[in-house]
Amino acid sequence: MQLGVLCSGGKDSLFSCGMAKEREEVACLITVHSKNEESYLFHTPNVGLVRLQARAARLPLVEVDTEGIQEEELADLGRALDMAQERYGIEGVVTGAILSVYQAARIQRLCHDRSLWCFNPLWHTDQEAYLQALCDQGYDVLISGVFSAPFDESWLGRKIDTRALAELKQYAAQYRITLTGEGGEYETFVADAPFFTHRIEIVTATKEYANYRGVYRITDARLVEK
Amino acid sequence: MILVVDLCYREHSLGYEEFVLPIARIIEGQDTSVSIIHYTRNAGKSVIGCMGVVLCGTPLQDNAFRLYRNAFSWLAATEIPLLGICAGMQAISLAFGGEVFPSLEIGMTDIRVTASDPLLPGHATFTAYELHRNTCTVPPGFAGLAESDRCIQIIRHEDRPVYGVLFHPEVRNEGVVERFLSLFCW
Repeated sequence: MQLGVLCSGGKDSLFSCGMAKEREEVACLITVHSKNEESYLFHTPNVGLVRLQARAARLPLVEVDTEGIQEEELADLGRALDMAQERYGIEGVVTGAILSVYQAARIQRLCHDRSLWCFNPLWHTDQEAYLQALCDQGYDVLISGVFSAPFDESWLGRKIDTRALAELKQYAAQYRITLTGEGGEYETFVADAPFFTHRIEIVTATKEYANYRGVYRITDARLVEK
Repeated sequence: MILVVDLCYREHSLGYEEFVLPIARIIEGQDTSVSIIHYTRNAGKSVIGCMGVVLCGTPLQDNAFRLYRNAFSWLAATEIPLLGICAGMQAISLAFGGEVFPSLEIGMTDIRVTASDPLLPGHATFTAYELHRNTCTVPPGFAGLAESDRCIQIIRHEDRPVYGVLFHPEVRNEGVVERFLSLFCW
Protein backbone atom coordinates (compact mmCIF):
# COMPACT_ATOMS: atom_id res chain seq x y z
CA MET A 1 0.00 0.00 0.00
CA GLN A 2 1.34 3.45 -0.96
CA LEU A 3 1.24 5.76 2.06
CA GLY A 4 1.75 9.45 2.76
CA VAL A 5 3.12 10.27 6.22
CA LEU A 6 1.92 13.46 7.91
CA CYS A 7 5.20 14.93 9.07
CA SER A 8 5.72 17.81 11.48
CA GLY A 9 9.44 17.13 11.82
CA GLY A 10 8.95 15.79 15.35
CA LYS A 11 9.59 12.37 16.85
CA ASP A 12 6.04 10.98 16.64
CA SER A 13 5.59 11.50 12.92
CA LEU A 14 9.06 10.27 12.00
CA PHE A 15 8.92 7.20 14.27
CA SER A 16 5.53 6.39 12.71
CA CYS A 17 7.14 6.84 9.30
CA GLY A 18 9.81 4.31 10.28
CA MET A 19 7.10 1.82 11.32
CA ALA A 20 5.20 2.40 8.07
CA LYS A 21 8.35 1.83 6.00
CA GLU A 22 8.76 -1.60 7.65
CA ARG A 23 5.24 -2.78 6.68
CA GLU A 24 4.14 -0.81 3.60
CA GLU A 25 5.52 1.58 0.96
CA VAL A 26 5.97 5.21 2.03
CA ALA A 27 5.41 7.31 -1.11
CA CYS A 28 5.84 10.79 0.36
CA LEU A 29 5.91 13.00 3.43
CA ILE A 30 3.13 15.56 3.82
CA THR A 31 3.58 18.73 5.85
CA VAL A 32 1.44 21.72 6.69
CA HIS A 33 3.20 24.99 7.53
CA SER A 34 1.07 26.79 10.09
CA LYS A 35 1.54 30.52 10.61
CA ASN A 36 -0.15 30.14 14.00
CA GLU A 37 2.23 29.06 16.78
CA GLU A 38 -0.84 28.00 18.81
CA SER A 39 -2.07 25.72 16.01
CA TYR A 40 -4.63 23.15 17.18
CA LEU A 41 -3.45 20.48 14.80
CA PHE A 42 0.07 21.16 13.64
CA HIS A 43 3.29 21.22 15.58
CA THR A 44 5.11 24.43 14.61
CA PRO A 45 8.77 24.95 15.71
CA ASN A 46 11.18 24.21 12.86
CA VAL A 47 8.53 22.70 10.61
CA GLY A 48 10.39 24.31 7.67
CA LEU A 49 13.17 21.83 8.20
CA VAL A 50 10.95 18.95 7.12
CA ARG A 51 12.37 19.63 3.64
CA LEU A 52 15.79 18.61 4.91
CA GLN A 53 14.32 15.53 6.63
CA ALA A 54 12.58 14.52 3.39
CA ARG A 55 15.90 14.77 1.54
CA ALA A 56 17.61 12.76 4.31
CA ALA A 57 14.93 10.07 3.96
CA ARG A 58 14.99 10.28 0.13
CA LEU A 59 11.24 10.88 0.09
CA PRO A 60 9.29 13.50 -1.89
CA LEU A 61 7.52 16.15 0.17
CA VAL A 62 4.05 17.63 -0.28
CA GLU A 63 3.83 21.04 1.43
CA VAL A 64 0.94 23.43 1.97
CA ASP A 65 0.61 26.63 4.02
CA THR A 66 -2.17 27.40 6.49
CA GLU A 67 -3.08 30.49 8.47
CA GLY A 68 -3.66 28.12 11.37
CA ILE A 69 -7.27 29.09 11.98
CA GLN A 70 -9.23 26.28 13.65
CA GLU A 71 -11.16 24.11 11.16
CA GLU A 72 -9.70 26.06 8.17
CA GLU A 73 -6.51 24.16 8.99
CA LEU A 74 -8.42 21.02 8.14
CA ALA A 75 -9.34 22.25 4.69
CA ASP A 76 -5.66 23.05 4.09
CA LEU A 77 -4.65 19.57 5.22
CA GLY A 78 -7.33 18.17 2.89
CA ARG A 79 -5.71 20.10 0.07
CA ALA A 80 -2.36 18.49 0.93
CA LEU A 81 -3.93 15.01 0.90
CA ASP A 82 -5.49 15.74 -2.50
CA MET A 83 -2.08 16.75 -3.85
CA ALA A 84 -0.43 13.62 -2.41
CA GLN A 85 -3.12 11.43 -4.00
CA GLU A 86 -2.73 13.14 -7.34
CA ARG A 87 1.09 13.27 -7.43
CA TYR A 88 2.07 10.06 -5.65
CA GLY A 89 -1.03 7.89 -5.75
CA ILE A 90 -1.23 7.45 -2.00
CA GLU A 91 -3.84 4.97 -0.76
CA GLY A 92 -3.46 5.80 2.90
CA VAL A 93 -2.15 8.26 5.47
CA VAL A 94 0.01 7.71 8.55
CA THR A 95 -0.06 10.05 11.55
CA GLY A 96 1.89 10.23 14.80
CA ALA A 97 -1.23 10.70 16.96
CA ILE A 98 -0.86 9.11 20.39
CA LEU A 99 -3.78 10.24 22.54
CA SER A 100 -5.46 13.19 20.84
CA VAL A 101 -9.00 12.21 19.90
CA TYR A 102 -9.45 15.75 18.52
CA GLN A 103 -6.59 15.29 16.06
CA ALA A 104 -7.24 11.64 15.24
CA ALA A 105 -10.98 12.01 14.56
CA ARG A 106 -10.51 14.98 12.25
CA ILE A 107 -7.83 13.27 10.21
CA GLN A 108 -9.90 10.07 10.07
CA ARG A 109 -12.79 12.08 8.56
CA LEU A 110 -10.54 13.73 5.97
CA CYS A 111 -9.21 10.32 4.97
CA HIS A 112 -12.67 8.75 4.85
CA ASP A 113 -13.90 11.54 2.54
CA ARG A 114 -11.10 10.59 0.12
CA SER A 115 -11.39 6.79 0.56
CA LEU A 116 -7.91 6.81 2.10
CA TRP A 117 -6.79 4.40 4.80
CA CYS A 118 -5.64 6.05 8.01
CA PHE A 119 -3.05 4.56 10.35
CA ASN A 120 -1.98 5.78 13.78
CA PRO A 121 0.70 3.25 14.79
CA LEU A 122 1.50 5.05 18.06
CA TRP A 123 -2.17 5.21 19.13
CA HIS A 124 -2.38 4.60 22.91
CA THR A 125 1.14 3.25 22.86
CA ASP A 126 3.14 2.43 25.98
CA GLN A 127 4.76 5.87 26.16
CA GLU A 128 7.81 4.85 28.18
CA ALA A 129 8.56 1.88 25.92
CA TYR A 130 8.13 4.12 22.87
CA LEU A 131 10.60 6.75 24.10
CA GLN A 132 13.07 4.01 25.04
CA ALA A 133 12.69 2.56 21.52
CA LEU A 134 13.49 5.98 20.06
CA CYS A 135 16.75 6.02 22.04
CA ASP A 136 17.59 2.36 21.28
CA GLN A 137 16.84 2.48 17.55
CA GLY A 138 19.11 5.39 16.74
CA TYR A 139 16.69 8.31 16.45
CA ASP A 140 18.45 11.61 17.22
CA VAL A 141 15.66 13.67 18.78
CA LEU A 142 16.13 17.22 20.13
CA ILE A 143 13.75 19.27 22.25
CA SER A 144 12.70 22.13 19.95
CA GLY A 145 10.20 23.82 22.23
CA VAL A 146 8.95 23.75 25.82
CA PHE A 147 5.55 25.04 26.83
CA SER A 148 4.94 24.09 30.46
CA ALA A 149 6.47 23.87 33.92
CA PRO A 150 8.93 22.52 35.00
CA PHE A 151 10.97 22.76 31.78
CA ASP A 152 13.79 25.29 32.09
CA GLU A 153 15.92 26.80 29.32
CA SER A 154 18.48 23.98 29.50
CA TRP A 155 15.95 21.68 27.79
CA LEU A 156 16.01 23.70 24.56
CA GLY A 157 18.13 21.80 22.04
CA ARG A 158 18.71 18.92 24.46
CA LYS A 159 18.84 15.42 23.01
CA ILE A 160 16.34 12.84 24.28
CA ASP A 161 18.68 10.15 25.58
CA THR A 162 18.36 7.68 28.42
CA ARG A 163 19.27 10.36 30.98
CA ALA A 164 16.75 12.87 29.59
CA LEU A 165 14.14 10.10 29.51
CA ALA A 166 14.71 9.39 33.21
CA GLU A 167 14.11 13.10 33.97
CA LEU A 168 11.00 13.20 31.77
CA LYS A 169 9.63 10.19 33.68
CA GLN A 170 10.21 12.04 36.93
CA TYR A 171 8.45 15.15 35.55
CA ALA A 172 5.54 13.04 34.30
CA ALA A 173 5.05 11.55 37.76
CA GLN A 174 5.55 14.80 39.67
CA TYR A 175 3.94 17.42 37.40
CA ARG A 176 1.40 15.24 35.56
CA ILE A 177 2.75 16.07 32.10
CA THR A 178 2.40 13.44 29.38
CA LEU A 179 5.70 11.61 28.99
CA THR A 180 5.70 12.04 25.21
CA GLY A 181 4.64 15.71 25.28
CA GLU A 182 1.33 14.81 23.62
CA GLY A 183 -0.38 17.40 25.81
CA GLY A 184 1.74 20.11 24.15
CA GLU A 185 4.24 20.30 27.05
CA TYR A 186 7.21 20.05 24.67
CA GLU A 187 7.97 19.65 20.97
CA THR A 188 10.82 17.85 19.24
CA PHE A 189 12.91 17.86 16.08
CA VAL A 190 14.43 14.71 14.56
CA ALA A 191 18.00 15.20 13.29
CA ASP A 192 18.57 11.54 12.42
CA ALA A 193 16.52 8.37 11.97
CA PRO A 194 17.47 4.79 11.07
CA PHE A 195 16.00 5.26 7.59
CA PHE A 196 17.78 8.57 6.88
CA THR A 197 20.65 8.24 4.40
CA HIS A 198 22.22 11.40 5.87
CA ARG A 199 21.92 13.04 9.28
CA ILE A 200 21.05 16.69 9.86
CA GLU A 201 23.77 18.82 11.39
CA ILE A 202 22.54 21.94 13.14
CA VAL A 203 24.91 24.76 12.24
CA THR A 204 23.24 27.64 14.10
CA ALA A 205 20.23 27.93 16.39
CA THR A 206 18.77 30.49 18.75
CA LYS A 207 16.90 30.08 22.00
CA GLU A 208 13.95 32.19 23.16
CA TYR A 209 12.77 31.40 26.69
CA ALA A 210 10.65 32.98 29.43
CA ASN A 211 8.30 31.62 32.10
CA TYR A 212 8.50 27.94 31.16
CA ARG A 213 7.90 28.65 27.50
CA GLY A 214 10.67 28.57 24.95
CA VAL A 215 11.62 27.69 21.41
CA TYR A 216 14.87 26.29 20.00
CA ARG A 217 14.81 27.83 16.54
CA ILE A 218 17.18 26.19 14.07
CA THR A 219 18.40 28.95 11.76
CA ASP A 220 20.90 26.97 9.68
CA ALA A 221 21.25 23.24 9.17
CA ARG A 222 22.71 20.91 6.55
CA LEU A 223 22.86 17.25 5.60
CA VAL A 224 26.10 15.42 6.39
CA GLU A 225 27.29 11.85 5.83
CA LYS A 226 26.36 9.36 8.55
CA MET B 1 -5.13 -16.47 29.60
CA ILE B 2 -7.19 -14.29 27.25
CA LEU B 3 -7.05 -14.85 23.50
CA VAL B 4 -6.91 -11.55 21.60
CA VAL B 5 -7.88 -11.93 17.95
CA ASP B 6 -6.43 -9.53 15.38
CA LEU B 7 -9.00 -8.83 12.64
CA CYS B 8 -6.81 -6.47 10.58
CA TYR B 9 -6.28 -6.99 6.84
CA ARG B 10 -3.15 -9.09 7.28
CA GLU B 11 -0.92 -10.46 10.00
CA HIS B 12 1.54 -7.88 11.45
CA SER B 13 -0.23 -5.11 9.54
CA LEU B 14 0.18 -1.42 10.30
CA GLY B 15 -3.16 -1.65 12.14
CA TYR B 16 -1.75 -4.05 14.75
CA GLU B 17 -0.29 -1.41 17.09
CA GLU B 18 -3.42 0.75 16.81
CA PHE B 19 -6.19 -1.81 17.25
CA VAL B 20 -4.67 -4.89 18.92
CA LEU B 21 -1.89 -3.82 21.29
CA PRO B 22 -3.96 -1.22 23.22
CA ILE B 23 -6.48 -3.98 24.05
CA ALA B 24 -3.71 -6.40 25.02
CA ARG B 25 -2.24 -3.74 27.34
CA ILE B 26 -5.58 -3.21 29.11
CA ILE B 27 -5.84 -6.95 29.74
CA GLU B 28 -2.22 -7.26 30.89
CA GLY B 29 -2.87 -4.29 33.19
CA GLN B 30 -5.37 -6.54 34.99
CA ASP B 31 -2.59 -9.08 35.71
CA THR B 32 -3.96 -11.39 33.05
CA SER B 33 -1.80 -12.99 30.38
CA VAL B 34 -2.58 -12.51 26.69
CA SER B 35 -2.09 -14.58 23.58
CA ILE B 36 -2.53 -12.75 20.27
CA ILE B 37 -3.55 -14.51 17.08
CA HIS B 38 -4.56 -13.31 13.61
CA TYR B 39 -8.07 -14.42 12.61
CA THR B 40 -6.73 -16.37 9.62
CA ARG B 41 -4.60 -18.57 11.94
CA ASN B 42 -7.34 -20.95 13.07
CA ALA B 43 -8.24 -18.98 16.19
CA GLY B 44 -10.99 -21.53 16.91
CA LYS B 45 -8.35 -24.11 17.88
CA SER B 46 -6.25 -21.67 19.92
CA VAL B 47 -9.23 -20.78 22.08
CA ILE B 48 -9.11 -24.13 23.89
CA GLY B 49 -8.05 -23.53 27.50
CA CYS B 50 -8.53 -19.75 27.33
CA MET B 51 -10.68 -17.90 29.89
CA GLY B 52 -12.04 -15.46 27.34
CA VAL B 53 -11.69 -14.06 23.86
CA VAL B 54 -11.54 -10.43 22.69
CA LEU B 55 -11.97 -9.74 18.96
CA CYS B 56 -10.37 -6.41 18.05
CA GLY B 57 -11.33 -3.61 15.68
CA THR B 58 -9.76 -2.69 12.35
CA PRO B 59 -8.86 0.48 10.42
CA LEU B 60 -11.86 2.37 9.04
CA GLN B 61 -11.30 1.18 5.45
CA ASP B 62 -10.58 -2.41 6.48
CA ASN B 63 -13.43 -4.89 6.02
CA ALA B 64 -11.33 -7.77 4.69
CA PHE B 65 -12.34 -9.99 7.62
CA ARG B 66 -15.87 -10.21 6.20
CA LEU B 67 -14.56 -12.10 3.17
CA TYR B 68 -13.50 -15.00 5.44
CA ARG B 69 -16.73 -15.88 7.24
CA ASN B 70 -15.57 -19.45 7.84
CA ALA B 71 -12.76 -18.09 10.01
CA PHE B 72 -15.42 -17.01 12.54
CA SER B 73 -17.82 -19.98 12.49
CA TRP B 74 -16.32 -21.21 15.80
CA LEU B 75 -17.72 -18.16 17.60
CA ALA B 76 -21.26 -19.55 17.65
CA ALA B 77 -20.10 -22.92 18.98
CA THR B 78 -17.68 -21.98 21.77
CA GLU B 79 -18.74 -21.79 25.43
CA ILE B 80 -15.92 -19.35 26.21
CA PRO B 81 -16.87 -15.69 27.02
CA LEU B 82 -16.53 -13.42 23.99
CA LEU B 83 -16.16 -9.67 23.61
CA GLY B 84 -16.17 -8.27 20.07
CA ILE B 85 -15.04 -4.69 19.49
CA CYS B 86 -16.26 -2.83 16.37
CA ALA B 87 -15.24 -5.23 13.57
CA GLY B 88 -15.28 -7.92 16.29
CA MET B 89 -18.94 -7.10 17.07
CA GLN B 90 -19.75 -7.34 13.38
CA ALA B 91 -18.01 -10.74 13.20
CA ILE B 92 -20.05 -11.97 16.18
CA SER B 93 -23.28 -10.72 14.65
CA LEU B 94 -22.53 -12.46 11.35
CA ALA B 95 -21.55 -15.71 13.11
CA PHE B 96 -24.88 -15.74 14.97
CA GLY B 97 -27.01 -14.99 11.91
CA GLY B 98 -27.04 -11.19 11.95
CA GLU B 99 -26.28 -8.79 9.12
CA VAL B 100 -23.81 -5.96 8.54
CA PHE B 101 -24.86 -2.72 6.87
CA PRO B 102 -23.36 0.77 6.33
CA SER B 103 -23.37 3.30 9.17
CA LEU B 104 -20.62 5.87 9.64
CA GLU B 105 -19.53 7.30 12.98
CA ILE B 106 -16.15 8.89 13.76
CA GLY B 107 -15.10 10.50 17.05
CA MET B 108 -16.61 10.92 20.50
CA THR B 109 -20.33 10.07 20.42
CA ASP B 110 -23.18 10.02 22.97
CA ILE B 111 -24.39 6.52 23.84
CA ARG B 112 -27.74 5.80 25.53
CA VAL B 113 -28.10 2.70 27.66
CA THR B 114 -31.36 0.91 26.82
CA ALA B 115 -31.07 -2.12 29.13
CA SER B 116 -29.05 -2.49 32.32
CA ASP B 117 -26.12 -4.88 32.33
CA PRO B 118 -23.10 -5.27 34.62
CA LEU B 119 -20.72 -4.69 31.69
CA LEU B 120 -21.96 -1.12 31.22
CA PRO B 121 -20.56 1.98 32.97
CA GLY B 122 -23.61 2.38 35.22
CA HIS B 123 -24.88 5.66 33.73
CA ALA B 124 -27.93 6.21 31.53
CA THR B 125 -25.66 7.88 28.97
CA PHE B 126 -21.93 7.98 28.33
CA THR B 127 -19.61 9.08 25.55
CA ALA B 128 -17.45 6.73 23.52
CA TYR B 129 -14.94 6.84 20.65
CA GLU B 130 -16.38 5.60 17.37
CA LEU B 131 -14.52 4.58 14.24
CA HIS B 132 -16.71 2.54 11.91
CA ARG B 133 -18.28 2.61 8.45
CA ASN B 134 -20.60 -0.31 9.20
CA THR B 135 -22.78 -1.58 11.96
CA CYS B 136 -24.80 -4.78 12.39
CA THR B 137 -28.23 -6.03 13.31
CA VAL B 138 -28.95 -7.57 16.70
CA PRO B 139 -28.69 -11.25 15.75
CA PRO B 140 -31.24 -13.89 16.81
CA GLY B 141 -30.82 -14.81 20.49
CA PHE B 142 -29.20 -11.46 21.37
CA ALA B 143 -30.50 -8.26 22.96
CA GLY B 144 -29.46 -4.67 22.33
CA LEU B 145 -28.13 -2.89 25.43
CA ALA B 146 -27.18 0.57 24.14
CA GLU B 147 -27.48 2.75 21.06
CA SER B 148 -26.33 6.05 19.55
CA ASP B 149 -28.44 8.34 17.37
CA ARG B 150 -27.26 6.32 14.37
CA CYS B 151 -27.16 2.66 15.38
CA ILE B 152 -26.92 -0.15 17.92
CA GLN B 153 -23.80 0.12 20.11
CA ILE B 154 -23.81 -2.91 22.43
CA ILE B 155 -25.32 -6.39 22.00
CA ARG B 156 -25.39 -9.33 24.38
CA HIS B 157 -26.36 -12.96 23.94
CA GLU B 158 -29.45 -13.73 26.02
CA ASP B 159 -27.98 -16.81 27.73
CA ARG B 160 -24.20 -16.62 27.41
CA PRO B 161 -21.48 -14.03 28.15
CA VAL B 162 -21.09 -13.04 24.50
CA TYR B 163 -20.93 -9.27 23.91
CA GLY B 164 -20.34 -6.93 21.02
CA VAL B 165 -19.49 -3.24 21.42
CA LEU B 166 -19.35 -1.04 18.34
CA PHE B 167 -17.36 1.78 19.96
CA HIS B 168 -13.68 1.48 20.87
CA PRO B 169 -13.39 0.93 24.65
CA GLU B 170 -9.60 1.28 24.50
CA VAL B 171 -10.25 5.04 24.21
CA ARG B 172 -11.70 6.40 27.49
CA ASN B 173 -13.86 3.32 28.22
CA GLU B 174 -11.25 0.79 29.31
CA GLY B 175 -13.61 -0.25 32.13
CA VAL B 176 -15.72 -2.17 29.61
CA VAL B 177 -12.83 -4.55 28.93
CA GLU B 178 -11.85 -4.67 32.60
CA ARG B 179 -15.41 -5.56 33.69
CA PHE B 180 -15.66 -8.22 30.97
CA LEU B 181 -12.57 -9.85 32.48
CA SER B 182 -13.62 -9.55 36.12
CA LEU B 183 -17.24 -10.63 35.55
CA PHE B 184 -16.74 -13.56 33.20
CA CYS B 185 -13.10 -14.59 32.79
CA TRP B 186 -11.70 -15.02 36.29
